Amino acid sequence: MNPKRCAACKYLRRRCPKDCIFAPYFPPNDPAKFACIHRIYGAGNVSKMLQQLPDQTRAEAVESLCFEAKCRVDDPVYGCVGIIHLLQTQIQNAQNELAKTQAEVAVAQTKVGQTQNSDQFM
Amino acid sequence: MRGHEPRSSSSCAACKLLKRRCTPTCIFAPYFRSSDLITFAKVHKVFGASNVSKLLGEVPEEQRQETVNSLAYEAEVRLKDPVYGCIGAIASLQKKMLELQHDLAVARTRLLAHSGVSNHVSQLDNSPELAAFLDLVPYSDLMLLDGSTSLDAYLYDLGQPPFV
Repeated sequence: MNPKRCAACKYLRRRCPKDCIFAPYFPPNDPAKFACIHRIYGAGNVSKMLQQLPDQTRAEAVESLCFEAKCRVDDPVYGCVGIIHLLQTQIQNAQNELAKTQAEVAVAQTKVGQTQNSDQFM
Repeated sequence: MRGHEPRSSSSCAACKLLKRRCTPTCIFAPYFRSSDLITFAKVHKVFGASNVSKLLGEVPEEQRQETVNSLAYEAEVRLKDPVYGCIGAIASLQKKMLELQHDLAVARTRLLAHSGVSNHVSQLDNSPELAAFLDLVPYSDLMLLDGSTSLDAYLYDLGQPPFV
C-alpha cells in the first residue's frame, strides 16, 4: 500500500490513486476530518459533490461540509441549523433594540429642539 | 406461503424513490409521506438514505421530525449553494448581526449625547457612561464607524460564534 495514502483512502482501506479526488483536501495527518464527513455524508456523496464543482472551489466546499458534519455530530437533531435559528433570534432581538433606541434618540432630539426654541424667546 | 412482511397500502416517498417495499416499520414513512418525494430526493442526494436512516435511529422518536426538518433544510441550502451550503447563510447572518451591533452602538452614543451627560461629543470617549455602553460592544467593533476594519475578519470564525 502507498504509505502516502490520503486520509480518505486510508479510512476506506483502498489504494490512493494519483488523481484521487479526496487527496488534496484530506491529508493523512488528519484522519478525524474524513471520518466525520464520511459519517454524515458518505464518501460517495462527497465525491460526487466535489466532482460537480470547479477545482478552485473544492477546498472551500470541503471545509464547509466538514463544519456542517461536525455540527451534525455534535447536535444530531438540528446540526448547523441550530446556529442559524440562534442567529436569527438574536438578529430579531437586536433589530427590536435598535428600533427602540432610535425612537428614544428621536424623542431626545425633539426635546432638545423644543428647549432650544424656548431659550430663543427668553 | 413464504413469510414476508405485509405490503404497506402506500409507499412513503423514500421507498418510492428507492423502489422498495415500504413496510409498517419503515423508519422514513412517518416523516416522508408519498407527497414528499422531492424533499426526500434532496435529502438523499446530499446525505444518502442509509446515513439518514442511521441518524434517525440515533435520535429519540419524538425528535425525529425536527431532525428530518433540519436535514431537509440543510440539503436544500447545500443544493442551492454547493460550495458553502449553510455556512454561507451563517456568514451572512453573522455579518448582519455585526452591522446591527454597529448601528446600535451609534444609536446609543447619540442617545448618550442627547441625554445631557456631556455637552461635547468629543468628551464622550472618556465618559464612564459611554464605557458602560461600550462594555456591551467590543471597542474593536466601533472601529467600523469609520470603515477602517473589515467585517471579513469575523466571517467563518465559526468555532466561537460571537453571539452565543
